[in-house]
Amino acid sequence: MTKVLRDERVTLSHGSGGKAMRDLISSVFTESFQPESKEDQARLMHDALLQPGARLAFTTDSYVVTPIEFPGGDIGKIAVCGTVNDLAVGGAKPLWLSAAFIIEEGTEIALLRRIVASMVKEADKTGVKIVTGDTKVVGRGSADKVFITTSGVGIIPADRDLRADAIQPGDVAIVNGVLGDHGATILAARGDMMLSSDLQSDCAALGHLMEATCTAVPVRACRDATRGGIASALNEMAEAAGCAIEIDEEALPLRPEVKGTCEILGLDPLYLANEGTLVLFVAAEHAEAALAAMRSVDTGRGATVIGRAKAGRPMVTMRTAFGGTRIVDMLVGEQLPRIC
Amino acid sequence: MCLGIPGQIVAITDESRMMAMADVSGVRREVSYAPVLTGSPADLIGKFALIHVGFAMAIIDEDEAAKTLEALRGLGEAQETLEAMAEGAKALEAQ
Amino acid sequence: MRYVQEFRDPKAAKALLAAIEKVTNQIGATKEKPVHIMEICGGHTHAIFRYGLDRLTPEGIEFIHGPGCPVCVLPMSRVDECVEIAEQPNVIFTTFGDAMRVPGTRKSLLQAKADGADIRMVYSPLDALELARRNPDREVVFFGLGFETTTPSTALSIQQAAREGLTNFSVFCNHITVPEPIKALLDDPYMMLDGFVGPGHVSMVIGVHPYDFIPRDYGKPIVVAGFEPLDLLQSVLMVLEQIRDGRAEVENQYARIVPEHGNPVSIAAMNDVYERRPSFEWRGLGEIDASGLRIREGYKAFDAEEKFGIGYATGNRVVQEPEGCECGAVMTGRIKPTACPMFGTGCTPEMPLGALMVSSEGACAAYWQYGGRRAAEAAE
Repeated sequence: MTKVLRDERVTLSHGSGGKAMRDLISSVFTESFQPESKEDQARLMHDALLQPGARLAFTTDSYVVTPIEFPGGDIGKIAVCGTVNDLAVGGAKPLWLSAAFIIEEGTEIALLRRIVASMVKEADKTGVKIVTGDTKVVGRGSADKVFITTSGVGIIPADRDLRADAIQPGDVAIVNGVLGDHGATILAARGDMMLSSDLQSDCAALGHLMEATCTAVPVRACRDATRGGIASALNEMAEAAGCAIEIDEEALPLRPEVKGTCEILGLDPLYLANEGTLVLFVAAEHAEAALAAMRSVDTGRGATVIGRAKAGRPMVTMRTAFGGTRIVDMLVGEQLPRIC
Repeated sequence: MCLGIPGQIVAITDESRMMAMADVSGVRREVSYAPVLTGSPADLIGKFALIHVGFAMAIIDEDEAAKTLEALRGLGEAQETLEAMAEGAKALEAQ
Repeated sequence: MRYVQEFRDPKAAKALLAAIEKVTNQIGATKEKPVHIMEICGGHTHAIFRYGLDRLTPEGIEFIHGPGCPVCVLPMSRVDECVEIAEQPNVIFTTFGDAMRVPGTRKSLLQAKADGADIRMVYSPLDALELARRNPDREVVFFGLGFETTTPSTALSIQQAAREGLTNFSVFCNHITVPEPIKALLDDPYMMLDGFVGPGHVSMVIGVHPYDFIPRDYGKPIVVAGFEPLDLLQSVLMVLEQIRDGRAEVENQYARIVPEHGNPVSIAAMNDVYERRPSFEWRGLGEIDASGLRIREGYKAFDAEEKFGIGYATGNRVVQEPEGCECGAVMTGRIKPTACPMFGTGCTPEMPLGALMVSSEGACAAYWQYGGRRAAEAAE
């Protein structure tokens, strides 16, 4: 039977390996995640693995975000979505996640519960199981409330092989929706620029979207446009594909609030982070079918063509509204707000 | 230098410190209206101001904006006519 | 976005470009013998590259990128002084994000922050003031950087601090002025300038008359311009028409924002709080008479130079610019960024040698970001 956890905040004793730790883990984590195995490991089997040619996909990512809760999500939701998306954009069907927590002494237990609840909700929605995990507690100041590392395992069907070096000149670049919502939301939520808006993070798991799209058309390659924004994702793809990518400024889906945030702080929305946005390439003749398949899924309602691959040196360029062209380079460091 | 962006004054937030809420495409930020106050602060509500580093630095002169746009529109239309004429000439040559 | 989108209309841009081409031909300007137009303001430099206007306008027009980027003209010694203040115990050093990456001789503010200094980026000096209210036991210093557009914001903030009796707020004043360096450039016998695109937001504060000397004493046209692409193109056209017609006048393309006499409240606040320094050092341009501001005696309680004994002309701070860096020559229009031997090799946005590669308004960074890389690769 689980003992009720009476503490309001995490203390170092919750990381000591004793009863306090056991109570924290059982009351906050395992009660919610409900892992099948009582051992310190997950033991896994799936029918899809028996198909000839199927491959395992395995990925890992660490999550830190300030503030830890923000409009449209929290660190738990990002930790599930981010790793699910890393699997999904490679064509894998996400199945299992691990979750490891580094918790700062003094963190409210209620906050932990909210984070865990949002992980469970997101995992259920996207059809993955959180099957194993770990917690560590560190002294005050050694972490910013909670850091989460999730690893994910999925299965890539035999006939699917998404890779950026498969992109051909003439292929069409499609995004699933608006750009920069997450970055602009976090900027406002941090509060140091004292901006407010009704923006919400786009944080979402894209497993269903990718499944629907890959089932409908052959997708050449896909990336999620997280840190560094759509510009960085496209640059990585151009580099790997060995060809140029051209996007159209007027085709970029941007909310007015994201544009407003960028105008005020002198930022470029192409570099703002997303947490539920992907860009994929398909042959031009499959573009319409891809768009239709994407738009049939909630997270793909805003799917739209933003550009194309072209023969040429591997770089990303943008056609401006009046026919000018400019290079869209990788970001050097963090984008800093500016006044000039 | 000097990033400045038009924003609409939507509310007076603190009259003693001359602060108002400005809205730029749905993004709100408190700004000082000290530079643009000429009458009563309430008169500023609804006006568009040029916002720079948290200050409303100038009220946008709607008549002047309209004049500039009018001139630009005239140019645009003239250009369209020219292009249409060029197209027409090309079509005639082709015949 | 009202008052923004209308001024980005491609159709009107096309018409303006056609008109610009026509007038350029009437003047007889060619790639070999171009008209040289200086856009004074770094914001205009940024817009020219962002919208690709340099490649849309005829080859007979050469844009010379002027000194109107406060980060670019900031000598290294001033960055060193910022770091010195920021590293004092109990100081919260606040700055616009623009200054964070500018290299000092020892380190940039970004590096000083990593080393433990409490340095915070703010959007407004009002936010620094708020930090001072919330942290009464800390000394909050604001890095006052920028031209006449920004100067009123720090002047008004200092006045507000005085009204509230705050004793833990001060400004490290590095404000500079626009007309003086233009005069210095026009006095330079090597400069070949045929006209100016004037800084719209500076003029919104000071009005258009401070430029009267440009046509009167030097016979050159100047058009005060807005920052949207159509504003810029229209202003370039107006400069060209003046050149063609043999006129030299101060014209105002940006009348929706720029009143003839500027903003009286801002001017009064600046005059109340600040006075001119006898001279001030500009990176690449050297000392220019009466081109910098300092805080008046009456407000010295808010002067970081007074509080910390650090500041302009307090020490012997002659700092050599890094070897090979040609920021000065680029800034005065003597060479293009790509002609600097360090461009793209010893100086990149990742490892900037000079400030022009740091600021998003710097000519070198603009060349790099919006096409310079191509130039650098072509030169390989």
